[in-house]
Amino acid sequence: MIAPDDIEEAACRIMANAAIDIPADYRRSIQRMADGESGDLSCFVLRTMLENWETATADRRPMCADTGLPRFYVKLGDHARFAGGFTGFERALRSATARATHDIPLRPNRVHPLWRTDHNNNVGINAPEIEWSFEPDVDWIEITTVHKGGLFGTDYRMLFPGDGIDGIKRFFLDTLVAFGKRGLACQPAIVGVGLGGSKDTCMVLGKQAACLRVVGDRNPDPEIAALEEELQELGNSIGMGAMGFVGKSMVADCHIEVGYTHTGGMPMSMHTFCLSSRRATVRIRADSSTEYRTDPKWFTPYMRRETVEWQTPHPVSRQSG
Amino acid sequence: MADPAPGFKTVRLKVPVSGEDLADLAIGTIVYLDGVIYTGREGVYQRVLGEGNPLPLDLPAVSNVNFHCSPAAAVEPDGRYKVGGVTATASFRFAKWMADWFRVSGARVIIGKGGMTGQDYRDLFLPAGAVYLTTVGYGTGALLGRGIRRVREVHWLGELGNAQALWVFEVENFGPFIVDSDLQGNSLFEQQAELVNRNLEELYAGLRPPALSRYGETDDRKDELI
Repeated sequence: MIAPDDIEEAACRIMANAAIDIPADYRRSIQRMADGESGDLSCFVLRTMLENWETATADRRPMCADTGLPRFYVKLGDHARFAGGFTGFERALRSATARATHDIPLRPNRVHPLWRTDHNNNVGINAPEIEWSFEPDVDWIEITTVHKGGLFGTDYRMLFPGDGIDGIKRFFLDTLVAFGKRGLACQPAIVGVGLGGSKDTCMVLGKQAACLRVVGDRNPDPEIAALEEELQELGNSIGMGAMGFVGKSMVADCHIEVGYTHTGGMPMSMHTFCLSSRRATVRIRADSSTEYRTDPKWFTPYMRRETVEWQTPHPVSRQSG
Repeated sequence: MADPAPGFKTVRLKVPVSGEDLADLAIGTIVYLDGVIYTGREGVYQRVLGEGNPLPLDLPAVSNVNFHCSPAAAVEPDGRYKVGGVTATASFRFAKWMADWFRVSGARVIIGKGGMTGQDYRDLFLPAGAVYLTTVGYGTGALLGRGIRRVREVHWLGELGNAQALWVFEVENFGPFIVDSDLQGNSLFEQQAELVNRNLEELYAGLRPPALSRYGETDDRKDELI
């Protein structure tokens, strides 16, 4: 039985990991882009970011002071058992948010939208967000935290089937050009595209695609995978680099997630993660032991299932691995 | 000081920044600062300029560098401050306050994210003899955090919260920043955007517009949206 204190401790630790240590997959992609960037200002920006990450890790201080809107993604194994119930789980994550905000420290960004009330702990009405998903056949819990800035780089549009790939490309470019100017989107970033679903699902899928998949990961549908690569290349051909300076470093990677949608529509959402790409994950096993990593592995085959019944393709052990 | 790519002029300036140093700043120069700087954004501007509250300290005597930022900082139980990182916030939203702020505060250097429009520089900054420095990245929070030697004082922490309070920092080798606007009102962002804009028509060539249009202020991708 996993105790609420174990959940809170692990959540505090991933909050610190996310805020301070750049994920290796993203660092490698920015190093590659810096090596290949011909725009001298854009290249200077990327090299400064690489130095900033080294400083953050060496000093144990946040990479970026806009520590975003901290939030959680939780995956529960069918056979996971934890004390305190679901509300106890949520309480542990809210407590971890408040503690981490003081201890790391994170910037207390969260305020009431109208009264601007700030509790100085990133906790408030509907904050932090906690999204739940489930995994068959296993007994562990995984918690991912994402710290993503909240002001620029995201947009939504209802497209229609007849708009086709052209419509997708145009909206992709529109969003990158609009928010890439002056670097408001904090590019080069991992870009997430949500296609389909209902409008809210479309936004959620795009956000998760940006924040919960690592650089180099491809959608299992080969045609969608090809579109991911095509859109990445398109974004990097705008002629815009870091901070909107002349260059070609815009899209570190492009991830597309789809959801079945209205027969008449093809809604699309765009989300740019940022130059700090703050994500960290912990797996808590049934014996409360923990394993920390930076790949959330959120989009499992089960998450992308199409049918009523589900059979895990490669049976996994019910015990913790 | 960081080791910038060759070809970039790098300077280290004392704060308050002198008129002579300001006049020497050319767009694209990399800048590091030593001295005292303060944070001020919409919360502070509204309190002073919107509601008419007096400045909580004699700003013109303390510093002429206003940073559009909120630190990742916490107050310890014993009253000490812990500053982790500092990162700028986008400055364009504050343009409407700048003319009055320059007059009241004596600021001559604004640091932030993303700059303001060239028109803002010519209308607001040029008459005040002020320049704009942009942070790099954005998100060199750790590098900038390392440059903060001490929290000298904080004002309106209770009234405005950590993120909007007026923090006064003693800084050393604080940077890097890039000069976006000079005393002639030139803008690096504006010049770079003009170069990028040249590619846009070709980029969109052959892509059919979607069936359903949207109301909007502009469909010209060369336009600034700020």
